[in-house]
Amino acid sequence: MSPEDSAKTLRHFDQELDDLRELLLQMAGRAEEQMRDGLTAVKRLDAQAAQQTMRADRDVDALELEIEEQAINLLARRQPMAGDLRTLVAVLKISNDLERVGDHAVNIAQCAKRLAEAFPMAQPSELDQMADLATGMLRDAITAFIDRDVALARNVCMRDEEVDRYNDTVFRLMLARMAENTNTVIPALQMMLVARNLERVADLATNLGEDVIYIVEARTIKHRATEIEGEFDQ
Amino acid sequence: MSDASERLLSTPPDLVRRRRWGRAFELVCLGTTVVGVVFLAIMLVDILIDGAGWLTGTFFTESPSRIPSRAGIKPALAGTLWLMGLVALIAFPLGVAAAVYLEEYAARNWIQSVIQTNIANLAGVPSIVYGILGLAVFVRWMFALTGGRSVLSGALTISLLVLPVIIIAGQEAIRAVPGSIREASYGLGATRWQTVRHHVLPNALPGIMTGTILALSRAIGETAPLIMMGALTFIAFVPEGPRDAFTVLPIQIFNWASRPQDEFRNLAAAAIIVLLVLLLSMNAVAIWMRNKYRKEW
Amino acid sequence: MPTIKVTAEGTPALETRDLSVLYGETKAVKSISMEIPRNKIVALIGPSGCGKSTLIRCFNRMNDLVPNARIEGQVIFRGENLYAEHVDPVEVRRRIGMVFQKPNPFPKSIYDNVAFGPRINGVNGDMDEIVEVSLQQAALWEEVKDRLEVSALELSGGQQQRLCIARALAVTPEVLLMDEPASALDPIATSKIEELIQELVKNYTIVIVTHNMQQAARVSDYTAYLYLGELMEYDVTDKIFTAPSERSTEDYVTGRFG
Repeated sequence: MSPEDSAKTLRHFDQELDDLRELLLQMAGRAEEQMRDGLTAVKRLDAQAAQQTMRADRDVDALELEIEEQAINLLARRQPMAGDLRTLVAVLKISNDLERVGDHAVNIAQCAKRLAEAFPMAQPSELDQMADLATGMLRDAITAFIDRDVALARNVCMRDEEVDRYNDTVFRLMLARMAENTNTVIPALQMMLVARNLERVADLATNLGEDVIYIVEARTIKHRATEIEGEFDQ
Repeated sequence: MSDASERLLSTPPDLVRRRRWGRAFELVCLGTTVVGVVFLAIMLVDILIDGAGWLTGTFFTESPSRIPSRAGIKPALAGTLWLMGLVALIAFPLGVAAAVYLEEYAARNWIQSVIQTNIANLAGVPSIVYGILGLAVFVRWMFALTGGRSVLSGALTISLLVLPVIIIAGQEAIRAVPGSIREASYGLGATRWQTVRHHVLPNALPGIMTGTILALSRAIGETAPLIMMGALTFIAFVPEGPRDAFTVLPIQIFNWASRPQDEFRNLAAAAIIVLLVLLLSMNAVAIWMRNKYRKEW
Repeated sequence: MPTIKVTAEGTPALETRDLSVLYGETKAVKSISMEIPRNKIVALIGPSGCGKSTLIRCFNRMNDLVPNARIEGQVIFRGENLYAEHVDPVEVRRRIGMVFQKPNPFPKSIYDNVAFGPRINGVNGDMDEIVEVSLQQAALWEEVKDRLEVSALELSGGQQQRLCIARALAVTPEVLLMDEPASALDPIATSKIEELIQELVKNYTIVIVTHNMQQAARVSDYTAYLYLGELMEYDVTDKIFTAPSERSTEDYVTGRFG
């Protein structure tokens, strides 16, 4: 333990930062739930799940407003520096992105509703895989945030490419189906929309990963300054 | 509404007891002060009663005489004024220079501590020792320069006597000039001498003057060393130069007070009044100067 | 100990090489090597007792006035080591001026305060003009131009400090050292001083010691963080306050210790 560690003071601000992080994690959990419900609604054509997704959006929006207000207050009152400052700025961006995740979940739920009323059509397995991938990315990005895990965050960013490929695949598949049978146009379109929304969610998860890297990596924990030429005797 | 003993902020019993002790202490202090002042007042009144009537014109213009009604303090007063003048001329520059050196220039090492301690000790040496020193050095050894038992010898002796006091007062006054002023001066590229000349001395001068005047007012009453080195007890002339013989008021007072006749005691009292007036004036000047030039740093 | 270089143009105004200050046996400043870039503001920050005041006082040899202070290493100014044998500290202090924490105007008139420096340095020339220019540079002229003969002690704290700045500027130094210049002042006076510093840097190189991190962040171009006499980190101010490299710096700057 360095001399600095033992002399560290526990501040009210640390508690306030923790509270803010808690709120953000709450919001993340709700957004994840929304996605799960929305995708369930699509898979099982479950109207109730779709309803739940849309209702939850109100809470997610409210959480975003609260997080924004608290973060701005902390910026004004505490004049944070360095890591604290980066964390606060990142929290604002992340809450924004999570709100959009919720919006995409709502879009997916609406697709589910339309699917339920449309011509029945088998769902491509690629869509399932894409959904797993995207929700997996979101889950891992949030975990990376909790654990400050830069490696995991980088990993999330790398998976975006795969999601984009799945998007292309589903798009081509649905086009082919529409060409075969004009009855399938409406349901196929919904599938394409679902895929598109999933692709967006993957992008947002990537943003989250990048924010985590920003919070953590703009500082090094090792005692080695990169600007110094040569070694510092410690 | 509850009664007074229950109210929150009224005096609790232990506080009453503590206050009583405080009051008793206060009374003891007051008592001792009063006693001191009362005795002083008695002495002053006694002197005034004895001497006031004898403060006539002839008192100031005549020389001592065996006939009381014709006796005066002219030579003694002149001698005192001569002496004080010379002492101021000699001791002041020496004292100020020493104080400046010790405070501003001397390195803070063991030599400086030794000098400092010795100056403080010298301030406490009985004045008769200075008399013996004056006799041996100024009167005998430096006869050619001083002319023996002259005002100059007396002034040199008394200067040595008051020098430690002036030095210490000077050091105090110099120390009272804040370090921030010196720092500001050095920071602008001033040399040590420039800093002393433009900032330290001008700001310390009132304190130095006050200290000097107070030292002189102590010197004015010195009797033993002057007797020791030969201020004559009976002279009838006013000194005309530093090498002339002289006498001073305290010696004249001593002389008159030892005579059997009552009138001489009255004369002594009158002379004491003159001495006191001189003393009080000097102190008043010192206080006025201190108040006028006191700086709020 | 390698020198920490901050990327700036031109030769540095000041440079220290393995500079150490010892009081008796204790090392208050430990082997610091750094460059002060020309016409920039460098802030020295760190907890109490980290040596920042001691360090800044090396730059104009004010530590000479402390009886048992010993200097090791070099301070390079205009290609010369300030602590070389032949160097006269009085001459150093003419070229590298200082403003102190508590305003310390002389108990003289405003005019005489500003004129003191030029006078004792034998500067001939229109003293009235020198006084006016200095007071204008210190953003004080308008407030005192009609009462130059008034005692400096009658000015407010903020005005007194600006007077001290004018006084330092009157000898036309190249570098201005400021040891917590605003810490004894109220917020409005403080912000006036900070504005002034940002104007002055166009013509002077400024090194400022401050215990107020927000002030360092507001005012300086470069910030050096000291801890227990060592230079822990020295970089562009933006980086120090958004993404410092050292853990120790991060902890200090976010208020977690010190």
